[in-house]
Amino acid sequence: MKAASGRVFKYGDNVDTDVIIPARYLNSSDPKELATHCMEDIDIDFVKNVHEGDIMVAAKNFGCGSSREHAPIAIKASGISCVIAETFARIFYRNSINIGLPIIECPEAAQAIQAGDEVEVDFDSGVITDKTTGQSFQGQAFPPFMQKIIACEGLVNYINSEGK
Amino acid sequence: MGMTMTQKILAAHAGLDHVEAGQLIEARLDLVLGNDITSPVAIHEIEKMNVDGVFDKDKIALVMDHFVPNKDIKSAEHTKCVREFACKHQVTNFFDVGKMGIEHALLPEQGLVTAGDVVIGADSHTCTYGALGAFSTGVGSTDMAAGMATGKAWFKVPQAIRFVLTGKPAKWISGKDIILHIIGMIGVDGALYQSMEFTGDGIQYLTMDDRFTIANMAIEAGGKNGIFPVDDVTIEYLKDHCDREYQAFAADEDAEYAAEYTIDLSALKPTVSFPHLPENTRTFDEIDEVPIDQVVIGSCTNGHISDLRIAAEILEGKKVADRVRCIIIPATQTIYLEAMEAGYLRTFIEAGAIVSTPTCGPCLGGYMGVLAEGERCVSTTNRNFVGRMGHVDSEVYLASPAVAAASAVTGKISSPEEL
Repeated sequence: MKAASGRVFKYGDNVDTDVIIPARYLNSSDPKELATHCMEDIDIDFVKNVHEGDIMVAAKNFGCGSSREHAPIAIKASGISCVIAETFARIFYRNSINIGLPIIECPEAAQAIQAGDEVEVDFDSGVITDKTTGQSFQGQAFPPFMQKIIACEGLVNYINSEGK
Repeated sequence: MGMTMTQKILAAHAGLDHVEAGQLIEARLDLVLGNDITSPVAIHEIEKMNVDGVFDKDKIALVMDHFVPNKDIKSAEHTKCVREFACKHQVTNFFDVGKMGIEHALLPEQGLVTAGDVVIGADSHTCTYGALGAFSTGVGSTDMAAGMATGKAWFKVPQAIRFVLTGKPAKWISGKDIILHIIGMIGVDGALYQSMEFTGDGIQYLTMDDRFTIANMAIEAGGKNGIFPVDDVTIEYLKDHCDREYQAFAADEDAEYAAEYTIDLSALKPTVSFPHLPENTRTFDEIDEVPIDQVVIGSCTNGHISDLRIAAEILEGKKVADRVRCIIIPATQTIYLEAMEAGYLRTFIEAGAIVSTPTCGPCLGGYMGVLAEGERCVSTTNRNFVGRMGHVDSEVYLASPAVAAASAVTGKISSPEEL
């Protein structure tokens, strides 16, 4: 899997899927349209400032609440290449893997990395490097089947590629 | 080492004698659920898969409940997409306007879930059916698509937290107060990735509706599922609703739990979750005067007939306070009819409340009660996140139907004891 590299957007504990993509926009399931409202209830400037490849870092229980897959879809379509958090809510975790958005649990990295830092994530080894501070952290590497799902851009392509 | 109740259900559905926490398994599914928001995404995914159709047209439930009756053109397109899919694949359990209700109240009522089942649903409150002694959990649309195609899903076998409920709850204490108390105690990630297994002699005092409410909000503590033992109350309910044979699983005596909490139900007080997290719970000795603008009584959490009964008892002969809107939503058509026959609808309307057709609308700020900037709502729903019911600067206070109805009368957050 290709490493992710980009500038960091940082958030706190319990970022819920209602703020990642508010329900008032769930009358659409188009990734591009969802991305234009991503994070707007807690960070109105996110959409304006995010660039392709940027990285999201958060604290505990990221993605809690509603099971809407629109949440990881919106984050991925906004250009974010990886989400690092202390912990993830479990439905969000499954959904992210299933749609091919790389996410990685690493409490040390999630605490140390600051907004605006340049960060690189190597998915094969699980190593997260903060290029701004020079620190590096060992995150949980994906088991091979999850790496394959992400590399296939999601569960559907993975199921199809396995040939059943 | 013994297994928890959840582990035993999962083992049986994976064709294994024994499973352990952390093990990855593939389990057979008894039901796959989706709604009008999550199903279109799943349908789009299943159409990309190299599969001929759905695994079993009788084991899929598609419930149009979130933005239905369609609130706008885009929602109408979503519902149309699901309707066409249901028709093409002859999905037996497709519930459209006229038949639909709020999914987690509707499915048990229609007998589509029974004890011992494994159910996934593309809705986070799918954990509700744990009340019946089933393993049920929320997933996303892609898992729903894979479930509809293959009839299977992969799970990481969870550890469990054991909640021993003892004693008899006092008059105004409902399932809602119990689960809010628990979330306040362990936090919104207190049961992350884990099962919440409820047990103890206090369970005999909990109605099926109380249990649905408690299991429903397991997700609000981060739980993978919430589950109740199968007892006489469950069996009586299943006899009235479901023709399928049930299987009662029970935890082994030597099952291992990550943690155990004992809760004396007789000591609980009416509980309210303050903005903006369900864990911000307070009892009335900690609540100052909080004026409100709106009350919502309904949702998958508290739209049952017993919830409406309590609201009617409190609103009988009284009036909703000036400048307060009170919106009451029976969760299913059957409940609606029952409420009509019992005279509750007349009580509500004479009190100055409105009664709506079943919908999830206001709970997630969809329609039918969206809040403006600075407005406050006491709601029997399940989430009070930032912007959940409307404007980013509005506030949601989660409470039982008794507290919500009392608050509608006084115009401020009130305990029913104050009336």
